[in-house]
Parts: sequence; C-alpha cells; structure tokens
Amino acid sequence: MAEISAWSRTGQFIFRGRPAMVEEAGAFFGVTLPQTPCRAETAGAHAALWLGPDEWLLLADADEADALEAGFSPLLQDRPASLVDVSHRNVCLTLSGALAARILNCGCPLDLDERAFPVGMCTRTILGKAEIILWRRAPEVFWVGAWRSFAAYVEKFLVEARRGLA
Amino acid sequence: MSGAFRVGTGGRIDRSRPLHFTFDGRGYTGFAGDTLASALLSHGQHLIGRSFKYHRPRGILSAGAEEPNALVGVGADEAHYTPNLRATQVELYEGLVAESQNRFPSLTFDVGEINNLVSPLLPAGFYYKTFMWPASFWKKVYEPTIRKAAGLGRAPREADADFYARSYAHCDVLVVGAGPAGLAAALAAAASGARVILCDEQAELGGSLLADTAALIDGKPANEWVAAMLADLQSRDVKILSRATAFGYFPHNMVGIAERVTHHLPASLRDQPRERLWEVRAGQIVLATGAHERPLVFPGNDRPGIMLADSARQFANRYAVRPGSTAIVFTAHDSAYGAALDLAQAGVRIAAIADLRETVEGPLPSRARRAGLRVLTGTTIARTGGQLRVSSAALQPVAGGTTEDVPCDFVAMSGGFTPSVHLFSQSLGKLRFDDAINAFVPDTPAEASHSAGACTGIFGLAAVLADGAGKGALAASRAGFTPAALRDSVVVAEDGAGPAYAGATPLPGRGKAFVDFQNDVTSKDIGLAVQEGFRSIEHIKRYTTTGMATDQGKTSNMNALGIAAEKLGKPVQEIGLTTFRMPYTPVSFGVLAGASRGALFDPVRTTPAHDWAVARDAVFEDVGQWKRARYFPLGNETMHQAVARECLAVRRAAGIFDASTLGKIEVVGPDAAEFLNRIYTNSFTKLAPGRLRYGVMLREDGFVLDDGVVGRLANDRFHVTTTTGGAPRVLAMMEDYLQTEWPDLNVWLTSITDQWGTIAVQGPGARDILAPLAENIDISAAAMPHMSVRTGLISGVKTRLFRVSFTGELGYEINVPAGEMPRLWEAVFAAGQAHEIVAYGTETMHVLRAEKGYIIVGQETDGTATPDDVGLGWAVGHKKPDFVGKRSLSRSALVAPGRKQLIGLLTEDPTIVLEEGAHIVADPAQKIPMTMLGHVTSSYHSAVLGHSIALAMVAGGRDRIGQTLYVPMPDRVIAVRVVSSVFYDPEGERLNG
Repeated sequence: MAEISAWSRTGQFIFRGRPAMVEEAGAFFGVTLPQTPCRAETAGAHAALWLGPDEWLLLADADEADALEAGFSPLLQDRPASLVDVSHRNVCLTLSGALAARILNCGCPLDLDERAFPVGMCTRTILGKAEIILWRRAPEVFWVGAWRSFAAYVEKFLVEARRGLA
Repeated sequence: MSGAFRVGTGGRIDRSRPLHFTFDGRGYTGFAGDTLASALLSHGQHLIGRSFKYHRPRGILSAGAEEPNALVGVGADEAHYTPNLRATQVELYEGLVAESQNRFPSLTFDVGEINNLVSPLLPAGFYYKTFMWPASFWKKVYEPTIRKAAGLGRAPREADADFYARSYAHCDVLVVGAGPAGLAAALAAAASGARVILCDEQAELGGSLLADTAALIDGKPANEWVAAMLADLQSRDVKILSRATAFGYFPHNMVGIAERVTHHLPASLRDQPRERLWEVRAGQIVLATGAHERPLVFPGNDRPGIMLADSARQFANRYAVRPGSTAIVFTAHDSAYGAALDLAQAGVRIAAIADLRETVEGPLPSRARRAGLRVLTGTTIARTGGQLRVSSAALQPVAGGTTEDVPCDFVAMSGGFTPSVHLFSQSLGKLRFDDAINAFVPDTPAEASHSAGACTGIFGLAAVLADGAGKGALAASRAGFTPAALRDSVVVAEDGAGPAYAGATPLPGRGKAFVDFQNDVTSKDIGLAVQEGFRSIEHIKRYTTTGMATDQGKTSNMNALGIAAEKLGKPVQEIGLTTFRMPYTPVSFGVLAGASRGALFDPVRTTPAHDWAVARDAVFEDVGQWKRARYFPLGNETMHQAVARECLAVRRAAGIFDASTLGKIEVVGPDAAEFLNRIYTNSFTKLAPGRLRYGVMLREDGFVLDDGVVGRLANDRFHVTTTTGGAPRVLAMMEDYLQTEWPDLNVWLTSITDQWGTIAVQGPGARDILAPLAENIDISAAAMPHMSVRTGLISGVKTRLFRVSFTGELGYEINVPAGEMPRLWEAVFAAGQAHEIVAYGTETMHVLRAEKGYIIVGQETDGTATPDDVGLGWAVGHKKPDFVGKRSLSRSALVAPGRKQLIGLLTEDPTIVLEEGAHIVADPAQKIPMTMLGHVTSSYHSAVLGHSIALAMVAGGRDRIGQTLYVPMPDRVIAVRVVSSVFYDPEGERLNG
C-alpha cells in the first residue's frame, strides 16, 4: 500500500556559497547546514538538504518565504554566497506506505534499502525521465520534490508505478 | 480429455486442473503445469511450424529456452498477440490461443515448401549472389518477396492492451539460475547475511532437478529437496524471481531481467503488468546458467519427432508425456542412456540406441544394457524418412556397410552438453576451450562474477551442488560477508560424463543435415563457406547466418564450429567462437518500453497560462518537452488567417504572449559580472543595475550556441534568459566552466526557468495597458527606457519587469512567480481589452521577429554560424581580454570570404511563400548537381507588409544584396531578390515608442 499526497508549495531556496558562509547562513536560518553529503537537517518548520558540496535546499513555510529572503539579503549582499528563491519552481509531495520505496524504484535507480538510504538521507536523482529531490523522512515516508512543469509527469509516474505493484 | 500420449501418473502437472486451448484453431486439452509444447506433445502433435528458408515441416526440438523450431504466435486477439514465442516456454492457461507461423495456407500444406525442392538454387549466401541486379529490383521486388517468404511471426495489428513495468533493484549477490548450482549458491550466500536475488527463467525453480526422478539429495528425492531449499530461502533475505529471464549482462554488474508477471495468465486476469523489466545492480554475481544439449548433425535430422534426448526425458518425467511410441535414441554421450531408460519407464518402446562411439561403458549404458535395451555402438543414422513426422531411421555402421531401416515415430538425439556461457561472455569474460568436454567454458571473468555448476562444464550432481555452494560462499565473502559453515549435500545420482560431439556425423550421405534449425543452415552450407575462402568463424557465421537467429545458436554454434574446424583442418579452439550478445532470449518491445508510453512517453511540460490557452482553443505545438500555444484561432479561422490577425493586432494595438518557457538562470555573487563577461561575447562588466543586454554565447569553436537577454538586478545578481530549448545546455556549460576553469570566481548559478512565468505584452498599446497595473514602478518612457529592468509590484504581484522586445514594437516581459502568473495574466488581458489586446502564439511570434530580422538560434544557425555570419558582429566585444570562443573567431576558415551570411529574400511573386530548407542557386539552368549557395532558414507571409518574406543563409550574402537568385523546386524555379534581413521598421523607431 502507498499514499501519494497532493502537491504542495512551500518556501524553498537554493543556498550556494563558500564554506566560510555556510555557518553564518545556517545560524541565520536556524538549521545547521549539513556537511555530510546527502543528509538533511531539520529544526521546527525549517529544513536544510545537502544537494552538493556548495549547494543546499532550504525549506520553510510558504508564507515565510518573502521575510526569509528579505532577512538573508543584507547578510549575503556582495559576499561569496547566493540565495535564490525557488518557492514557485519547486513543488513537493509525500509518498508513504510499505510500497513507497518499491514505487520509487520503478523509476529511480538508487538503492533505497534502509541500509543504503537511511532516514534523513536526501539527494537529487531521477524518476523516470524527470529530475526529483528525494528525502527519506521515515522508513516508509519519502518527501519528493520536483519542478512545477515536471510535477504532472512525476505524479502520473508514481500512480502508474503503484498500479503495477498492487 | 487428456491426450493419448499422457502418462497416467507422475510428473509435475496438476491433473485436477484441466485447461483448454487451441492451436491453429483446433481445440486441445492440457493440465496446469504444462507448457504449450508439452500439452501439444501429449496429443501426439510434433509438427508445429515451418522453417525459415526452406519451409520444411518442423517439430519441437527441445523443452526449454534453446528451442529453435517451435515458435508460435499467442493471443486470443490482436491487442494481446505476441509472435515468436517458444512453445516450450509458453505456460498453458485456460483459453490460450496459439497459431503456427511462417506457413501458407496451412501448417500441413505450405506452398513455401517449394523452396525446399529448389534448395540447390538457394545455397548459403544466395542473396548476395542472386539479387545483385538490377539494383532497382531490390526495393520493389526482391526485398518484399524475401521478407514475406522468409520470416518468423507477424507483428500484432493493434496496440498492446497490456501494461508493462520496470524496477531497479540492488543486492549483494545475484544468482542467475535456480537449478542445483543456483539453489546451493543462493543458500550459501544468504546464510552469510548477504542480500540475495535469485532469478530463474522458468515458472518453477529447480532446473534439471525438476525432471530428475532418480537422484537422492540428503536422502530426499530431488523435487522434495528443491521444495525444502525454496522454503529455506524464503525464510531468509532472498528475493526470488521466477519466470524471470536474465537476458543481458551489462557493465558494472548490471543485469537486465525480463519477468513475465502475468503473461502466463489469461488476458482477463492480467490486472498486473504483463512483464516487468528488472535492472539489477549486484555486488557479486553467481552465474548458474546450466548447459544446453547439443543436437547431432545427420541427414534428415530436422523432421518433426526428432528431439533432444534430455528434453525428451523432461517431457516424460516433468510433464508426464510420452514424446512418441517407438523411439530410436541416437547419441554420442552417456547421458542419453539415462533418457532412454526414463522414456522406456514412461512407456516408450526403445527400438534401438545408436551410439557413434565404438566403445561405450559407464554406469548408464551398463544399466541400459541390463534393462535389455538394444545398444548399437559405432552406429550412425544415415538418413531419416517421413514427411510431416519422422517414420524411420536408417542405421548404418560408422565403419560403413549396409543400412538398416528401423521404423520409429520418434528419435531422441544427444551430442552431449554445451555449457551456457552466454551471460558470462556478454560480460566480456574470457572463455577457454576444455578438451575434456569438447566445449568452451568460462575462464577469466571481466566483472565480479562467479560461474557455477554445469555452465562451467561440471556435470555430476554432487559436484554441481558443491560448486554452487562454494561459489555462493565466495561471492558473499567478496561482497564483504562472512560465509556460514554449511555441510555438503549427500548425493546419490548416476551422471553421464564425457566429451560432447562437435560437427557433422560421419558418412554424411545425401539429404540436408541441419546445423542451425532456426536459420536453416546445413552442414553443406558451412562447408561451402570454407570452400569459398572464409576462414574466420565470424565470417563463416555472417556468410551462412549460422547462429544468427533469435536463438543465438544455442544448439548450433558448437556444431558449426566443429564442421568448420574439420574442413579447415584446425582444432576448434583455433577457429574461435563468435561473440554472444544480449538478449539471451528475445525480449518484447513492451518490457523495454515499460511505462514510457502514452502520457508517460516523455514529460509534457506546460506553462502557468496553459489552462487559459486551452480554454481559448489555442492550437499547441511541441517545443522540446514544452507545449506552447502556437496560435489562437477565432471561429473557423485557418492558421494563416489567425496568424495574420494576431500579427496585425500586435503591430497596430497590442498582444499578450506566454514566454514562460524561456530558459532562465539566476547568476549571483560578487564575480557575477566578470563571469558573464567571460561567457558571453558582449561586455557585461559595465552593464549598470537596472539595465538589460542582449547576449550571444559561443561554443569553444566560435559558433553560436545560444542567445538571450540578460538583466542586471543588482551588483551581484543577474537574471539570464536563454532560448527555450537551450536552457539545460547553457546551464551545464556555465557550471562546467565554473567548476573546471574558473573555480576562483565567487559566483553561483541556479535555474529559475520554472520559478518565473513570463508574460510578454507587445505593441504600441503596451505601456498604456501596464501603466495602471504597475504599483511602484514608473514605466514611463523616460523612467524606463528600452532594455531596462525594474523590480517591484504589478497588480500586487512581485515582478521583475523587463522592457524588451522580440517583435520590434514597444514591449515588456513581465516575470512573475509562476504560481501568481494565471492571476496576473487575467488581469493584464482584462486591462488590455480597452486597447484591443489579442493573445498571440509562437507562430505569430516567429513572423513578427522575422519581419525584424531577429534570428532564432537553431533556425538561422545550425552550429556552424559565427556571430558575424548571422549579422551579430556588433555584439562581439573584440576588445575584451577573452571570452568563450574568442580565439576560434580568428581561425582562418571563420574569417575567410564567402561564408554563408544572413540575408533577406523577396520573391518576385509576392504571394509565393518559400519552403524553409529550400536551396538557393545563382543559375537554375546549370547541370545537376548544382552549385548551391545556401538555403532558406525562415519563411512566412507578412500581413503587415502584404507580401512574403524569407531569411536565408547565403554564401557571401551581404555582397549579393540587390542580386536575383533562384530557388529550384520540384515543379518550378522561383526567382528571389536578395535584400537586407530587416524587412520592417529598419530604423527601429517603434521600439522606442
């Protein structure tokens, strides 16, 4: 069994920058930006997902996005870092249930066994022909992020994969 | 109604579940557990198809994947029809409908059999020799005729009604094959704690043990031992895939497995995918793929009723079917004696066992002799009789002498066994020729794989089990696990050992002796190839097509090699072996396509204003993965009428256009300007915040890669736009340069294509429409000139407002967060009503920009155009120290005179719209092939100008302005005048309106 939630939009930012800026950004955001590859950190409604050696996805509530951007702005102005609002680029859904990993493995080539992809792990990967961000929130709960123009494809793909595993 | 050849007891069929099926329209009955082949044999039906080339009657040769003859089409209707299935692998289900292939009008009377009578005219390579000329005949006569006459099944006529799936999987140890070696390996690996996947192509796991009624393992009959093993495996971390054929071994231990999930069920019960493609990435792989029995190559060895001996034994023991009433067993290997004994047990009269070998000892032959079977050593079959079924075989001493015609309805033959090294060889593992068994066996693996059991040339059951367990433990240990101590199995079994026979039988005599049954290659064909000078097995294979059929030569390769070796007078190992290629057995298109059909064929990306356009009856076009509104017809307007109306409206009033698909990249950091200065040909360091610049980007070879408008939002922040199709390529190139060439630059890239929706408002009325909506942005001509950008609010929505034009009119591009765009689009459209705004699509956009001579990268450029070629020389900052492609722009070929240049063309007849792609010549009277000067890149009817316009790339084009050139078309020659590429408002005054 598996549940595919509806898409939702939240406050999302891509933070990129030099190592020296990472701690400051995390301190302001309230979440330590993880230095371990492919790991996510959360604190309250905020989360930071490691996407690359100098790239993090920051998550917040949707109505908080403008204030966060405004707050970051003086901190980062003309300094070696970049914060870009992607709240409208990215949408996300939750896939949950005993079949969740097997559904994802219909289009995602990663090893989603908990020994290889534990809770708290996140990565940019593919689902079929679309790029997604995958974050394991619990053994049977995955957060799936996609660009808005790929959302319809991703959702159809998940529904079709679930049909084949019923 | 069970068949007359069904044995009363035994076998693994379920006699309580009779199943009805039809073959060529005739009804039959079988049982659950039958294959189509075993069910047909239970009714005495051997004849099942016609051969590929000679249309000879063919029967069931084997009981498994190696079957070359018994190919059938299965499916009750066209939407569920699958051709070319091996009847030996088709599981019976209620209502199954099967038909024979490659016969006309019927299986028993086939006019194509004329090919058999005229076969002296059809030797190997006949089509290379015969159908050479006239050349024009190939396409219209030869090819269609050959394709119709020589072939396999037909494609289904309707779309596939089933669905297919794909899964990725990972494991520490993948075991391919669940015969004795595979089961032992899987248990040994799983006992160590490794994650194991065990796959087998058959419905039931157990391999050869399923037909072994004699062996005892650990005191249990073989089939009980198998059941106990499976129960044990299921209690561990083992994923068991049955009906799952490992068809391909790909780099880095990736194995493709085609699982038949519901293909063995009636269509009405297929609520799951018909097949699933597994892509398994394994740490270690144990190949326990077994062996195939080798046929003997003797005259008339292809008549229906002639079968491999071990397959006959499987039909008897596993399916409780007598393959015939009176049999001759023809062998060069001890194992056939075991088959003879089992067949006799099942009620088949064994007329004789003819053995090519002079001296035959060993436990199985001894037992056969003790049982009173007639054993003739040093004996061959000189020929066989019978039309649609074998009726006799002529036995003859190998030493020569008189023949004895023995009546029979069945011949079981065995040339010994060939290890199945297909997957090992696909993985580029090296093979070694083993003289002891006269076959190739795995030597050095190229991947993390371990071959176990019969596929390595080990044939005794005890040795196979020990080898399997050992390789399973080794694989687990290589995967980082500590193997558990397992005790060896105690085995009581009689095994046939010894070398296999390779080549044609002695005393070839008359009549065709088939090597490759599926491609109809005879021993004489191989001889002919050698006689004609072919020495390499690769050439012999291609010339004769031996081993090139869909069965991959499973039953034929070693015999072909043996014949070639004998003719060339060289040992087999010096002739070499051809390469095995995937798939091991044919794989359906459906399983490879998986879910990628219909709506999931490819992502369909839509813009935030898509629903609005749908509601307005827009006609869409595909631009890459995007759906873009092409035009918005009113009433019964044609495209031409709609586009003309939209164009005029933009020129005279205003138009609204969805430009959201443009690629967008946010470039941020203190070095952002320096970075863009190096990427683009233009200068960016001096671009002030609040200003826009049109930028051109080159590849390192100096040719135009992409273009777009770049806005500076702040000192350290740029909003870069790219072409719709170029977005991923441009971002990748930028990121590549940053990571590899300029890691010192403090600048970062983020794709914002989907973040911002873009509403273009173009036309003389644009400012008047937007002015009331812009809340905190002064968009007056003085405050916001052409090529400027402002941030602020428009109708309450955060915006990055560009004043920019791709139409030549006063215009704006309103970038707003994608989720807000539908609302703002409505607001702008409503505000525009008073100004006669129209929605326009990409076709109108194309016409408007062509009227202004604006290029589209990929339409005017083709990857070989420099900026100067397309009239963008002004955008190249030659004084800059460097930019990507700068050095290449001074290459001699790129500055040579006579390069193709962008110009405009006007037809003498203003109503003629040139064809895009049409070639341009100076003299239409010259001889073909003409000297072509260039080609038309864009061509439209311009409503505002009242005539057609075209852009073209023409050699030395700018120097030809004023000349008349010609466009030769199939029906006429069109005269054109070369003009400037800017057709409308050449001074650009309207931009500043």
